[in-house]
Amino acid sequence: MPAVNETIEAVQSVTESTYKWGFETDIEMEFAPKGLNEDIVRFISAKKNEPAWLLEWRLRAFALWKTMETPLWAAVKHPPIDFQDSYYYAAPKEKVGPKSLDEVDPELLKTYAKLGIPLREQEILAGVEGAGSTPAEGRMPIAIDAVFDSVSVATSYKERLGKEGIIFCSISEAVQEHPDLVKKYLGSVVPQGDNFYAALNSAVFTDGSFVYIPKGVRCPMELSTYFRINAKSTGQFERTLIIADAGSHVSYLEGCTAPMRDENQLHAAVVELVAMDDATIKYSTVQNWYPGDAEGKGGIYNFVTKRGACRGARSKISWTQVETGSAITWKYPSCILQGEDSVGEFYSVAITNNYQQADTGTKMFHIGPRTKSTIVSKGISAGHGQNTYRGLVRIGAKATGARNFTQCDSLLIGDLCGAHTVPYIENRCMSAKVEHEATTSRIAEDQLFYCRQRGLTQEEAVGLIVNGFCREVLKELPMEFAVEAQKLLQISLEGSVG
Amino acid sequence: MTTAVATGAAGFLARFEGLKDHLPGARKPWLNTLRADAAAHFAARGFPTRRVEQWKYTDLGAVAQAHFTEPLTMVEGAIALPVANAPDRAVFVDGRFRADLSMLAGLPYRAVGLAQHLDEAEAQLGALAKPQHEPLAALNTMLFEDGLFIDVPAGIDGGLLELVSIALDPGRPFAFHPRHLIRLGAGASLTLIETATGRGQCLHNPVFEITVAEGATLTHGRLLQEEATVFHLSTIYATIAAGGTYDNFTVAAGPRLTRNEIHAALTGPRATCHMNGAQMAAEGQHVDTTTSLDHAAPDCASRQTYKTVLTGRSRGVFQGKILVRREAQKTDGYQMNQALLLSEDAEIDSKPQLEIYADDVKCSHGATVGALDADSLFYLRARGIPESQAKAMLVEAFLHEAVETVTDETLRAALTRALDSWWQRQGAAAA
Repeated sequence: MPAVNETIEAVQSVTESTYKWGFETDIEMEFAPKGLNEDIVRFISAKKNEPAWLLEWRLRAFALWKTMETPLWAAVKHPPIDFQDSYYYAAPKEKVGPKSLDEVDPELLKTYAKLGIPLREQEILAGVEGAGSTPAEGRMPIAIDAVFDSVSVATSYKERLGKEGIIFCSISEAVQEHPDLVKKYLGSVVPQGDNFYAALNSAVFTDGSFVYIPKGVRCPMELSTYFRINAKSTGQFERTLIIADAGSHVSYLEGCTAPMRDENQLHAAVVELVAMDDATIKYSTVQNWYPGDAEGKGGIYNFVTKRGACRGARSKISWTQVETGSAITWKYPSCILQGEDSVGEFYSVAITNNYQQADTGTKMFHIGPRTKSTIVSKGISAGHGQNTYRGLVRIGAKATGARNFTQCDSLLIGDLCGAHTVPYIENRCMSAKVEHEATTSRIAEDQLFYCRQRGLTQEEAVGLIVNGFCREVLKELPMEFAVEAQKLLQISLEGSVG
Repeated sequence: MTTAVATGAAGFLARFEGLKDHLPGARKPWLNTLRADAAAHFAARGFPTRRVEQWKYTDLGAVAQAHFTEPLTMVEGAIALPVANAPDRAVFVDGRFRADLSMLAGLPYRAVGLAQHLDEAEAQLGALAKPQHEPLAALNTMLFEDGLFIDVPAGIDGGLLELVSIALDPGRPFAFHPRHLIRLGAGASLTLIETATGRGQCLHNPVFEITVAEGATLTHGRLLQEEATVFHLSTIYATIAAGGTYDNFTVAAGPRLTRNEIHAALTGPRATCHMNGAQMAAEGQHVDTTTSLDHAAPDCASRQTYKTVLTGRSRGVFQGKILVRREAQKTDGYQMNQALLLSEDAEIDSKPQLEIYADDVKCSHGATVGALDADSLFYLRARGIPESQAKAMLVEAFLHEAVETVTDETLRAALTRALDSWWQRQGAAAA
């Protein structure tokens, strides 16, 4: 493993601080009043200068949400959420574009630096005039959309992408600039009434990223969004919509962090992907929301709906996620495999340490003939963590020759944690073939002994073994993320051994 | 739909009100309390709908709507018995023990009709069943009329016993709810073969409460071969103490709807539980195996292998949960369920589940679903074997893999016969 040295360094560097993204940025913010009602929905829509149809759409979602109940089926425990005790709109106060980085609010810049966003992108994100017109030298650029609390602060490399006909902007901007595309696809994969949190998101989403890749275009760079919850008592409800037209290809990265707070904050995002004929969307997430402290106080409730529709023949959607943060994760990135020969993939690493709870998995709906899906899930539980894989593979009567392979492995570190596997397999097609296997084990004494014998400390040894355990998933991540993810694994398991 | 289910529950509750002074043990306050509590649970929950997670894939709408009545009078006289699988047998007709048809003389342990020996069973009756969780156990507790009560003393080898259940068709929908209590003392052993046959529109809703003491071994083979008009909904509760073994093998092939629900708890170190089975369904049938295994003590092992074969418009369900508690270190749990679909109209739903709270464990499950392997079929056809015969060979091989887990030869032979006869019936139906 190339990153082993780095992982070891990471372990050493975090002995004093566990969550290095726990800083809070003191930026002037604009809030809507606390609470949720129709007026707030109207306020958000008006604030964003939205067309009437979108307001109608939001209000319909809000009406549906009011009729729904909080889902309780997941293996997670939390006190009831008071949806009236949260801000549904929080935005950094707008300023005129600065001339150089020196003029940018230093707090915002610090945030970017801590998030690990390179200087070039920092300039662009901060809205420095003229930035982004020349490509960064010596490395593959990544176009970034940063979402700060509820609003997208800036998007980089827009011009360069524009030359290829690629649209990469905040969803609010897309509503203004490309209303036809948004109207056509918004809610087409995750309808407003899909589930409780999706309905909530549909009513109050404030921003998110929008991507459109035209026919036959291979996106020349990785697209990336950094999500950050900063303000207190805010919920973050971003909405991401990615459309890959026929024959196109895009790889999209998503990263998330939040300050350390004693209260629990809600993050209820919706991500919709649409892949047409022969298109490929690769969606990678490194989720590192604040997990709460060692006693389980605070942390983000991460209740997310992610779904991709493989509408076209031979289209492909691949989800890769590394879930290390959040007090509670409730997330099932799914694929609707409609097009014939379409492919769905789900690669996941979920870590729960201290009092974290994760109930995550995927759903693969095989509708078209010869559709294929692969699910590889690695769950790691330590401390008092509870980790559940929950997944569904459904094969419809017309999905002749469909194929699924599922592998769920769980690793337990310590005897106070739990690892659970709840797969559902529903097959209505004779010629389909479904295979599922799941294992649960702990790190074997002989493996540890072997590493210790060669001079590794207990923590290094555990790190090495855990990285090996997750390798099948980590290798699916783009390079930049793979290194970060490996470090995160280490940090997340901090204090769980010895 | 909801109304229909409620009606079904109401019908049973009304009959309980009418029958409760005539049911066995009606003058025993402890039993009255037990029945009344169960009735309260059943009244509160009714028949489970598909919104209940454990019943997600099995719809009891048809049972709830059938307006069953209890067989009130005992059927007298000789009736045709199925071919015996063992010399010693306890025979039940419509859920009532028939001493005259049974062969239980000279056994080194007690095997008697429950209705006549309720006082002896007081400690055991209701000790394991959970009417508050399983509505069908509530229904059984509320209305049971009889059952087999087996008590094998410590150190005794009970040999082989057959439990025969026959349902006769009275020409109207009827239901019976036998309650079987089986207790094995320390180091005792017994092989029990259960044969269920029956016809008519009938609900057979047995509940077993099985206690396996330290070092005891119970082998429990079940042949559920009622006709395709029968609803067979059975619930087994077993508790296995240190070093004990409970070995269950079920062949479900026949009823219109079969639910084979097993709850086993390994409560002492080094206890073992094997739950294996083969379930088959043809046109219009529904088979459901639901197991729940509770590893509550260290060093225990469990093995499960279930095979499902579906033809015609049929549906198969497998739900299997393994719970490993915090104290159950060194648990070795394995579960495999495989399904073979032989028709375009068949559906299989499978939900294996692991819930693990101990770290030093080895637990795995696997599930596969598919059609007959085209390569294997081609191999056989290439050697001149006709297609139907080649298919038969592959299906038999698939099923027999499960039966191979059974070590008792008599039982294995009986299970093999049951599998073969089902397959032959399918061939006859297809021809």
